Amino acid sequence: MKNLKYLVLGGLFGIILTKSEVVSWWRIQEMFRFQSFHMYGVIGSAIAVGLVSLQLIKRNRLKSLNGEVITLADKKYTHGAWIGGIIFGLGWALTGACPGPMFAQLGSGVASAAVLILAALAGTWTYSALREKLPH
Amino acid sequence: MLDFLRQPWPWYVAGPLIGLTVPALLLLGNKTLGISSSLRHLCAACVPAGLPFLTYNWRAESWNLFFVLGIVIGGFVGYQVLGHPATVAISAETVRDLKAQMGLTDFSGLLPNELFALENLANWKGWVFLVLGGFLVGFGTRYAGGCTSGHAIAGLSNLQWVSLVAVIGFFVGGLLMTWVIYPLLF
Repeated sequence: MKNLKYLVLGGLFGIILTKSEVVSWWRIQEMFRFQSFHMYGVIGSAIAVGLVSLQLIKRNRLKSLNGEVITLADKKYTHGAWIGGIIFGLGWALTGACPGPMFAQLGSGVASAAVLILAALAGTWTYSALREKLPH
Repeated sequence: MLDFLRQPWPWYVAGPLIGLTVPALLLLGNKTLGISSSLRHLCAACVPAGLPFLTYNWRAESWNLFFVLGIVIGGFVGYQVLGHPATVAISAETVRDLKAQMGLTDFSGLLPNELFALENLANWKGWVFLVLGGFLVGFGTRYAGGCTSGHAIAGLSNLQWVSLVAVIGFFVGGLLMTWVIYPLLF
């Protein structure tokens, strides 16, 4: 079962998101109102640790468990980054949830998270249908 | 140890652990962190409807769906098994502002029941906060090519310019909603 390791890592990720309260609407409100350092600390220290780890991986040309050389693809700029980014931000401040936390909320027993996920799927599907007509 | 696990974790414990997910996924299988992709894979698996953007071999990316299923289980373990205080300890200023602006009175749980209870689907609040909000998250992340995990954590860690643009967009949208649209709604 080659995907079991991702299930376990996802489980740890979900525990961290929940125990740090990143999945809470209250914390997101607090962040956008600049009334606490908590979320900025979480995001900032996550990026710092990610940055250092990626440098170590690149410099040492590390391989993954299955022997592949680790490759980091560059992301291409599109206008969608800022247009879609702002649209996501509007939804983030309403729901207090990004895609990861929605799933953690569902597991924690928040029934409305199921509605959030279905609505997010509808949004993703609508984007897929309109993609050719949108500026990128 | 168990007492520590039961308490809410401070940012300087949670943030670095979240950051370590990026190298962990690369070392485990050369995978890049990004959770909103799972929404696309679920659409491709369930309702592809012949759309070019949803016609691809989503099974090749099924690791992402296992990761997301793990997050659901992690949410259960983190909240139900390890336990959690009934109220999230947000700052007194935020409590004061939410009471004054939105008339919230019940501060228990991860989300405010007064906005997110399923019964609210019978009034405008449920449709704005749950349905419109969720829709904007799903639409926006795919349009932007990633969310807080793919762009903010993985993208910025890898010094991608487009991720910086996206993250600035996330905050512009969030601040617009919080400071301009919320005062109009309430």
